[in-house]
Amino acid sequence: MSDSSTSDSPLQLAIDVRQLTFSYSKSQAPILSIEKWQVAQSEHVFLSGPSGSGKSTLLNLLSGTLEPSSGTIALLEQPFSTLSQRQRDRFRSRHIGVVFQQFNLIPYLTVEQNIKAAAYFAKADKESAQSLSQRIVHLLEKLQLPASIVHAKADALSIGQQQRVAIARALINSPQILIVDEPTSALDVAARDSFMSLLKAVAKESTLIFVSHDPAMAAYFDKHIDIYTLLDKSCSSPQKKSQGEMAC
Amino acid sequence: MLGTIAIESLKRRRHTALLTLLSITISICLLLSVDIIRTQVKSSFTRTVSGVDLIVGAPSGELNLLLSSVFNIGTPTKGIAWESVAALASNRQVSWTIPLSLGDTHRGFRVVGTNNDFFEHFKYGDMQPLQFAQGASFNQSLSTVIGADIAKDLGYAVGDSIIVSHGLGNVSFNNHDAHPFVVAGILAKTGTPVDKAVYVTLEGLEEAHSTGGAHNRAHQPNEHEHEHEHEHEHEEHSDADNHYNSLAFKPEQVSVVMVGLKHRVTALQLQYQITQSKGTPLMAILPGMALAQLWQIMGNIEALLLGLSALIVVSALIGLSTMLLASMRERYQEIAVLRTIGAGPFTLLLLIQLEAMLITLSSIVLSFGLVTGLITAVKPWLSSEYGLFISGALFGQSSIIIVSLVLASTYIVSLFPAIAAYKRGLHAGLNSN
Repeated sequence: MSDSSTSDSPLQLAIDVRQLTFSYSKSQAPILSIEKWQVAQSEHVFLSGPSGSGKSTLLNLLSGTLEPSSGTIALLEQPFSTLSQRQRDRFRSRHIGVVFQQFNLIPYLTVEQNIKAAAYFAKADKESAQSLSQRIVHLLEKLQLPASIVHAKADALSIGQQQRVAIARALINSPQILIVDEPTSALDVAARDSFMSLLKAVAKESTLIFVSHDPAMAAYFDKHIDIYTLLDKSCSSPQKKSQGEMAC
Repeated sequence: MLGTIAIESLKRRRHTALLTLLSITISICLLLSVDIIRTQVKSSFTRTVSGVDLIVGAPSGELNLLLSSVFNIGTPTKGIAWESVAALASNRQVSWTIPLSLGDTHRGFRVVGTNNDFFEHFKYGDMQPLQFAQGASFNQSLSTVIGADIAKDLGYAVGDSIIVSHGLGNVSFNNHDAHPFVVAGILAKTGTPVDKAVYVTLEGLEEAHSTGGAHNRAHQPNEHEHEHEHEHEHEEHSDADNHYNSLAFKPEQVSVVMVGLKHRVTALQLQYQITQSKGTPLMAILPGMALAQLWQIMGNIEALLLGLSALIVVSALIGLSTMLLASMRERYQEIAVLRTIGAGPFTLLLLIQLEAMLITLSSIVLSFGLVTGLITAVKPWLSSEYGLFISGALFGQSSIIIVSLVLASTYIVSLFPAIAAYKRGLHAGLNSN
């Protein structure tokens, strides 16, 4: 069990995980087990661990793409894990931005359409198409992408451009929580530094959970958590840890 | 937004989407064409004759008598003696009669020998009388009145001469060259076989045949056993152009007689009297009943054709469902991404169904265009070869029903891939990387 440090803080919590376990089937032993983990709002947390240690599983649970086998996840003080699927979809689209390792842009849509889709499905408020387009251009400019790129198809972009468009899509609904899963794994050091500076700047107001297997990234964040310190002791035995296997 | 995603997604899979669209378009075209031909045949046949209470001819098949006399299809029946026609005309229940003599052609178009009663009493559509676009009715024995399509197709005008050929084929070696008929009038368009018929006087027709040495008219059009000398000469009539009385001539025989009654309720009674008369054997048919008999025969064929066409549409729509299902595997990641950015399972279900509907709607629009073009192109051929006159709106209530059923079927078959997308877990798609 590990507590990320904010349990006694008066700050409002962005993430509050209690007695969480997860397994892909009921007959199997849990592959992830966290007794308690809390993250304050606007905190930027770096979560590290080797491949297969359960980082992505934890992010999937936080974003609601997986459901816990037991325990609870509260996000922004809402009982996220107990919401219905529909409520969870709506909560995620409005309050959580996700940047995937492979960016996962929809290849046949343009940059603008990819970003607009996230705004459309969030249905947060009725915004005119013109205002939304202006916001998209503004966001792309902040991410140092030219406005001319908005009409380019996603699969025509370079890796670096796709990465920034993926961030723009995650940020278009001004999410309070931004979950970023190893987006720098394909970048060289210079590109990685540039990307991190940009990400930190645009996600200043959000709670940022950034996952990577590279501990060198820790320098960019308020807090660095090794996933093994979060997991139950039984799940993070030195033997398993050394083998880099799934947590439990 | 959902529409944009659906369109862009289809554009991405344009090859399979286009093939599916093509297969659905062909099947809908087939179904619409069968339906149009079916409804147009009925409407064309029903429109052709109006106000004729009985058709009397030599005993043969009811349908043959109807088709040859009214629709200019098939072989004319044997002739009936003029005495029988005269007896019929003098019956107190009869209001008018129109004698018709069949069996000749002009450049592939049927020639009908008759008198001016035809232009006075024959009605089509909703009791509409025949009208002249140019000229007037017969004004001499060798005058002719032609249908609107003949005037247009062959470029005839009032005053032109035409030669009648013996027999029903498109090509005849027995032309009545010595007796050219002069066009006295051109009928206004009716949308019925009248438009493609050449009407000549009974007198002129008999004269052409007798002088030409071929045979007597109107009885056995394919037989040539009679030689009939006619005393009339051309010149005799030319002086009397404006006073010509086509009703005065009494031929030996005619092919059929159309009969109008003073009271329609007596039609069955008169039909019975005619068929039971002890003199020359005659057959009388009620056009409406004969048509009903025709529809009864055609009903099974109609149902078969419609059923087969509907099955082809269903098979094309199953192809659409298969295409969408097959594309699901490559779209799991895309579906998971859409779910992650907020699209609920129901939205994804709608998206897949929207794609299916877009393909089907495009097919429907294309089909309507293609069928309109096709029917317009084959319209002259249908009327000349089969006596089927396509007119009015091609698409009616039945087309709307067909389109609705196709859309409903699309909705049903697209449920399979849509449910596959609906059920697809978020996690599986995202981890497929």
